[in-house]
Amino acid sequence: MPVILAVDDSPSMRKMVSFTLTGAGYQVVEAVDGVDAFEKAQSQSFDLVLTDQNMPRLDGLGLTRKLRDHPLFKTTPILMLTTESSDLMKQAGRAAGATGWLVKPFDPTRLIEVIKKVIR
Amino acid sequence: MAEVHQDSGGSGSDFDLSQFYQIFFEEAGENLDLMEQMLLSLNLETADDEELNGIFRCAHSIKGGAATFGFSDVAELTHQMESLLDKLRRHELKPSSAMVDVLLESADASRALLACHQTGNVGQGPATVDLVGRIRSLVAGDAAGVVVPSKAVEAVVSHPSPVAVDVLPDATLSQVAATADGRRYLLIRLGKLDHLAQADAVAELFRDIPGLGEIKSVTPPDLAPDERVFEVVTTSSNEDLLDLFAFHVAREQVSISELDQTPVNAAPPQNAPVAVAAETATPIAYGFFDGAPGAPQPGAAGQPPAKHAVDAARNSATAPRTSNASAAPPEAATIRVAISKVDQLINLVGELVITQAMLAQNSRALDPAVYQQLLTGLSDLDRNTRDLQESVMSIRMIPMSIVFSRFPRMLRDLANKLGKKVDFVTQGEATELDKGLVEKITDPLTHLVRNSCDHGIEMPEDRIRAGKPETGTITLSAAHQGGSIVIEVRDDGKGMSREKILAKARERGMDVSDQLSDAEVWQLIFAPGFSTAEVVTDVSGRGVGMDVVKRNITSLNGTVEIESVEGYGMKVSVRLPLTLAIMDGMSVGVGNEVYILPLSSVVESFQVRSNAVSTVGQDSRLVKVRDEYMPVIELEKVFLVPRFDTEKTSDMMVVIEADGSRAVLLVDELLGQQQVVVKNLESNYKKVPNVSGATILGDGKVALILDTGALVRRSRH
Repeated sequence: MPVILAVDDSPSMRKMVSFTLTGAGYQVVEAVDGVDAFEKAQSQSFDLVLTDQNMPRLDGLGLTRKLRDHPLFKTTPILMLTTESSDLMKQAGRAAGATGWLVKPFDPTRLIEVIKKVIR
Repeated sequence: MAEVHQDSGGSGSDFDLSQFYQIFFEEAGENLDLMEQMLLSLNLETADDEELNGIFRCAHSIKGGAATFGFSDVAELTHQMESLLDKLRRHELKPSSAMVDVLLESADASRALLACHQTGNVGQGPATVDLVGRIRSLVAGDAAGVVVPSKAVEAVVSHPSPVAVDVLPDATLSQVAATADGRRYLLIRLGKLDHLAQADAVAELFRDIPGLGEIKSVTPPDLAPDERVFEVVTTSSNEDLLDLFAFHVAREQVSISELDQTPVNAAPPQNAPVAVAAETATPIAYGFFDGAPGAPQPGAAGQPPAKHAVDAARNSATAPRTSNASAAPPEAATIRVAISKVDQLINLVGELVITQAMLAQNSRALDPAVYQQLLTGLSDLDRNTRDLQESVMSIRMIPMSIVFSRFPRMLRDLANKLGKKVDFVTQGEATELDKGLVEKITDPLTHLVRNSCDHGIEMPEDRIRAGKPETGTITLSAAHQGGSIVIEVRDDGKGMSREKILAKARERGMDVSDQLSDAEVWQLIFAPGFSTAEVVTDVSGRGVGMDVVKRNITSLNGTVEIESVEGYGMKVSVRLPLTLAIMDGMSVGVGNEVYILPLSSVVESFQVRSNAVSTVGQDSRLVKVRDEYMPVIELEKVFLVPRFDTEKTSDMMVVIEADGSRAVLLVDELLGQQQVVVKNLESNYKKVPNVSGATILGDGKVALILDTGALVRRSRH
């Protein structure tokens, strides 16, 4: 069963994402911000990382950079969930090493649709 | 930024999002509280990035959730707040008190809207058109002074959502719209830098990001050693550039100015995309970066990772500087539990304490030599039970900051309304108190604080005339003292006038003498309907209030004391037990009955000396204790205790104090002091006069806990 790391500082978003993914047959590990996520990534590899951008302590871009620096996460798909969809934000995401982005708000069906494109 | 209304694919979903509403409501409430708190403590002059980012994040988070869960009115309002806060955190606008006002009002409105969604009264929330308009004009107000090309935000909002594009050939180029004339020539100064490599990282961005523009390092004559200056040709706005640079240098280290002419040698950008314009043209709900690690490719399952790993490594070499020290602790450290579960636990521990007490009592007769192991076990049980009880009680304990935090906002509004200047100081916010008590003490405290501001603190000009600082101070403090918590509301206002209160009391037909001590005079203001305000304001002086405050506090087994010096201010001290679930009691025997007195109201006890008791009238008796006459209450008569042992008579006296008055209880004997688990009599039986509750004793018998306040009042009539 593919394992997804879902990172968001908002409990309701985390719960929604986690519920949606679990229902679609994925296993989900939740993290409350970039620092928490990076800690969890030390001991486990994931098939996909879904991260919010705006979070306390370490944001999505920062997390993406740190993960890409880690041998386990060189090629892991990392999707940014963001309300900030300006092109430069996307380019910053790209420069940080993100795989793609998904604009908030999104619908659970859409989320799964996107995830299926990167996890097989 | 502005895609609240953008394609969310919200229709046709099989998922029921309503199951997440509750958690969202709680989370949004917390975010609103936090935002309010941060706004109130925001110093307009010295606001730092961390504070502004924190406030921004609250609005941002609510907006995201509200949009996801379909609360579009909340999303719209918080979106506007976010826009304003975004400008503030980018230092494009300077925070003003008008902004704080409108943000606070918007937070209130958001709260009201959320409450409507929560209760299903959609559409009954407050109108937000005015707020939205005010925020927009604040956002626009200073925008003219900042060189930012219009982002056409509105266009996004109303734009129809197109079908999502699966995989973009290139995230940047795919969204290029050719607008040749967006070029800007800028001078960007970076400094003071800790490491000059930061500047190189910024310059590298222009190489890494196709279409961002051209950058060239220049050396102006005034270049400081920790500065770097670049000439830049770009089509991006300052805002977007700052956003991008923020990964390497702090915002305040960047200064951007427009060059008034084309820099020499600067080639016009070849493929400069108008990223912003492109965004408005194609709002896309998601996308992948071509060639990025893990990105899907049409027809191919995997990625040749080597090149991208190198890319990624290079990108990450320019290190994450975005880590924010503001460290909201991960809330995984706490769990939410229904209060009923905690109460159930407390109840069970209460039963355990009683069982343990019964075992302890029954084992007293056992011979220690024979039952040594059993007795050791019982004493361990005693200790463990007490520890367990303490731990369980502490679950219900919450810090006073929960109550205190609501006052700054209230005082700010109130002081503004009254035209007064007030500083609010809190002390001992970390002091913990039982949740039930916290909830019940909030209203009385609110009243006291309002009173201080309304009646205590003078108008600024009066204060100056009285030789005081123009700004008054109201201090709210909490501290543990023994088994109680003492909460004080102090102000440096005009205090109370003894003469005015006495005059007012007489006016109201109360029989008061001039001989009353100050403390007794101050207690007069707790009389029902007593208000000393000469002009009744709509704030606190309707003549109801202090008596309600007093009654509420008394019902929590608490006391209120006032100290006041005319011209210098006053202090109201509220003393409360830490919890209502257990109590230190003194057990007294009358006939075969055992009664419990709250230890906090017991002053002293002594053997009856017949010469000290005098009879007044038909059956009132007084006793003289240390030159003070006190009414005697015979518990035997109050509770009609049957006498089987006619030899025995009541010959112990216990002085109790409540509401500032004293009385003497006549009992047979003092049985001892113990902690008792308070059981509510009303919920288990019914309200009984002079009794505040019941407990179960070690031997399994029920003992009534006396309502000392009611007994003292009764004796005074």
